[in-house]
Amino acid sequence: MTKVKTLADLKKLREDLQEKIRLRESGEHPESLVQVKVAMATCGIASGAKDVMTFFMEELEKRGIDAVVTQTGCMGYCYAEPTLEITLPGQSPLVFGYVNSRKADEIIEKYIKKGELVDGIIPVTYQSINDNQKEG
Amino acid sequence: MKDLSLHILDIVQNSIRAEARTIKVEMASGTDGMLKMLISDDGKGMDEEQVNRVKDPFFTTRTTRKIGLGISLLTQKAEQSGGYLKIESAPGKGTEVNAVFEISHPDCPPLGDIPGCAWMLMASNPGLRMIFRLVSATEEYEWDSNEINEALGGLPLTEHDVKASIIEWFNADFCKFKEFND
Repeated sequence: MTKVKTLADLKKLREDLQEKIRLRESGEHPESLVQVKVAMATCGIASGAKDVMTFFMEELEKRGIDAVVTQTGCMGYCYAEPTLEITLPGQSPLVFGYVNSRKADEIIEKYIKKGELVDGIIPVTYQSINDNQKEG
Repeated sequence: MKDLSLHILDIVQNSIRAEARTIKVEMASGTDGMLKMLISDDGKGMDEEQVNRVKDPFFTTRTTRKIGLGISLLTQKAEQSGGYLKIESAPGKGTEVNAVFEISHPDCPPLGDIPGCAWMLMASNPGLRMIFRLVSATEEYEWDSNEINEALGGLPLTEHDVKASIIEWFNADFCKFKEFND
């Protein structure tokens, strides 16, 4: 692999890799990607959100899952940090709490790949019968 | 927060919320034994009242909670290390957070994983220009996300070989910067 120390080295690396890699056109079709938003406020960072975010960025790439991983601010679940919100294409977002690398691995293998719910979901989008009646 | 790289991640979130398009993080050390960390942005800035209150942990512009600890914790770290924290801001003029630490003080926090922090901020905020500068008495190193993305020509920063190369490059510069401070 090209050893990179300067911008010129990066350009050389790009030439080496471009034949192997399909350039992602995620900017054109964001709605078809899995969206992962990691809460990175003070409480999240102090609880280990950086490691969780790094895990998602590396593993989604490694496992060939088309996804966008971004940071977001505090979602208000400071008691359950690290937290993250995952939106599968065409579905409502789900918030997961107490996420570490092991839970992140489970989320990827079960929820993202197969749509199976896992423990640790924070029910923020849950609507009770009373909520529906109030709206009606 | 265990080290300064985590404080950088935290304070940069404030800049992102302030709708900054360019954020600069500079770490400078000279012969005076002090480490100066400057985080500046071109976001919407704060008025005088907000600047006066921002170090108060019970002051926040967020609505999801009633406390804001980022600036307070960094202030505490700087002051307990024999340094200080100063904020300059004005509406429409952006914000500068300047934290100074005495390097030889036993309570001076470690720098942490600055290369990893820089990569993560660049990779997870593609529309943002992130500039990191490490300045010692004899050397200067700069990592500019705009220049890096231009050199990569569309390759994602998260691609395995790209990430590994960039982290290796950043680490090489960072180790030389740290050598001066050790």
